[in-house]
Amino acid sequence: MPATSKTAAQVLELERYKHGFITDIDQDVAPRGLTEETVRFISAKKDEPDWMLAWRLEAFARWRALEEPNWARVDYPPIDYQDIHYYAAPRAGEGPKSLDEVDPELLATYAKLGIPLSEQAVLAGVEGAPRYAVDAVFDSVSVVTTFKAELAAVGVIFCPMSEAIREHGDLVRQYLGSVVPVSDNYFACLNSAVFSDGSFVYVPPGVRCPMELSTYFRINAEKSGQFERTLIIADRGSYVSYLEGCTAPMRDENQLHAAVVELVALDDAEIKYSTVQNWYPGDAEGRGGIYNFVTKRADCRGARSKVSWTQVETGSAVTWKYPSCVLRGDHSTGEFYSIAITNNRQQADTGTKMIHLGAHTRSRIISKGISAGRSSSTYRGLVSAHPKAKGARNFTQCDSLLIGPHAAAHTTPYVEARNSGAQFEHEATTTRLSEEQLFYARQRGLTQEEAVQLLVNGFVKDVLQELPMEFAVEAQKLVAISLEGSVG
Amino acid sequence: MTALLEVRNLSARVADTQILSNLSLSLPAGEVHAIMGPNGAGKSTLSHVLTGKPGYEVTGGEARLDDQDLLALEPEARASRGVFLSFQYPVEIPGVPALTFLRTALNAQKKARGEAEVSAPDFLKLVRAKAAGLKMDFDMLKRALNVGFSGGEKKRMEILQMAVLAPRLAILDETDSGLDIDALRIVAEGVNALRAPDRSMLVITHYQRLLDYIRPDRVHVLAGGRIVASGGPELALDLEREGYDRFVDLAA
Repeated sequence: MPATSKTAAQVLELERYKHGFITDIDQDVAPRGLTEETVRFISAKKDEPDWMLAWRLEAFARWRALEEPNWARVDYPPIDYQDIHYYAAPRAGEGPKSLDEVDPELLATYAKLGIPLSEQAVLAGVEGAPRYAVDAVFDSVSVVTTFKAELAAVGVIFCPMSEAIREHGDLVRQYLGSVVPVSDNYFACLNSAVFSDGSFVYVPPGVRCPMELSTYFRINAEKSGQFERTLIIADRGSYVSYLEGCTAPMRDENQLHAAVVELVALDDAEIKYSTVQNWYPGDAEGRGGIYNFVTKRADCRGARSKVSWTQVETGSAVTWKYPSCVLRGDHSTGEFYSIAITNNRQQADTGTKMIHLGAHTRSRIISKGISAGRSSSTYRGLVSAHPKAKGARNFTQCDSLLIGPHAAAHTTPYVEARNSGAQFEHEATTTRLSEEQLFYARQRGLTQEEAVQLLVNGFVKDVLQELPMEFAVEAQKLVAISLEGSVG
Repeated sequence: MTALLEVRNLSARVADTQILSNLSLSLPAGEVHAIMGPNGAGKSTLSHVLTGKPGYEVTGGEARLDDQDLLALEPEARASRGVFLSFQYPVEIPGVPALTFLRTALNAQKKARGEAEVSAPDFLKLVRAKAAGLKMDFDMLKRALNVGFSGGEKKRMEILQMAVLAPRLAILDETDSGLDIDALRIVAEGVNALRAPDRSMLVITHYQRLLDYIRPDRVHVLAGGRIVASGGPELALDLEREGYDRFVDLAA
């Protein structure tokens, strides 16, 4: 495979993007292009019930009537939606029943990523080490989910979305599209038509999920899009913490990633959703990389419910996403903690929306943007209080750090208060990484790169400490890798 | 035998302004020398050029530490060879606890010297002892470095870093500025405790006051970018009495 060896050589050459390897596995792919037939093909591959196919076809019909939006502060050549594979799956017949049946190459891939897919391996690990249940999604399909039995014992459902559609159809049907409607936006609509897999979580009333749930997404196939769909439902009084990690190989063409994540928190429930996004960002000249156009939204449907989004965005050529909270239940709380790092020619337009509908709803936004190289980073946020949101409160803090003379940072906050009792606070700063600080650290013995890492880690500390510990360590390393070579 | 620090005919400029002109200075091991001079004489520039701060261009001469060329090294390489600067205006580093900063610095230096890193318990033991000597509240070290610290606290933090990093050459740039008399005494005691036969210090100051507490072996007068007079501790007293005018004339 000349293309593979060429890319492999590139990997060796650049090394900067350490997850940039390609796994050589027989792929089961849909032909390029998007027609009603493609949608039917995906649905048939997944052995879906009729209602699901009908849902997809409706989404497809609506998508055809929509136009691609262009309001974000990002710039990329037009995407040819007919030149993408909408389905790519590692060929493993019926799908693995256990780890023993998983293609060893696939296991090796995840091992390289540092993701434990073997429960034994996890259990054999250091005593007291946190345990994660992992759902691994490779291109379009979920390949393995660990700790399912242990979770089932307390009633927690954690499985691939395709399985949930077959096995837990009533739950999926009740909640799918209830937070992000089919025609919410162009990319969400596309996702609704062609999504192939993702994770499904249901936590029953009063249950505190006994371990962190984690999904790792990896795009592998060439010219393929990844359209995963995640749905998490926290029933009354339950709690769940969910981690999402993403990587992709280095390729010199751009790949589209358009996911939809829906969270539903009922009365007194709490969901903590953390993301470490490290899709391939493209090379120093801006060639290749992932277009990350994602719709993430939480519905704090119940009274006193709480959703907390934490994201560390270091990858992708173009990022366009706003994990949001609809604060519908009275006394519900939404939080958004974000670190967005752009380097070289990366572009990010990201932020959040906090929609206060219920009384005494509260929200908190801490956003840290770091731009280096010739990159551009925009914080775009909306905080709104509707007439019934008496006593709504928001605190927003947006800090931007510029590294070098050619990076750009923008802050675009929108605020709408439709009742006089709402209290909104907004603080924003933009600073340049100071030469004085760098010299001070170097005078004490740190190298230039160590000094940048230390200063940047200090800058993002408020957000890092919101991440589950193991992720925080990973995120800290990512911060360091993303900024290598950004100074001097 | 060469001195620990040997500066010969050092000239340096910032942008188009010549600041140091043919400055020579010899600092033997174990000695403390004071550099005094009027504002704008080049005192801070000397400390910055010796430590490698970007923005200065060396236009002539040399500086050698233990007979090794200092000026060719990156700032961090000078630090790991034992050059320490107590800053006139210590920098605030938000989000980075002082302890974290100091441990990162100590281990970076050890790594550069090919030594084993210090373990967390050993490091804490070391810092506790040194902080107690400087009458510093240990909890302060858990706060972000210098953020919200008073002038006196910042200077004490500099001396604490010096005590932990144990340099060969310590340059104290206007360490007395912004200190009240009690803080000055504590800082000076901290510095005196670090005097050692294999360690030299360059104490840069505008006023004689600090030298009541840190008694120098030699005093040099820096004016117009070079050393215009050198003498024993009594020279500082002359300066205090007579002012710098006569030396400024000398430099002109």
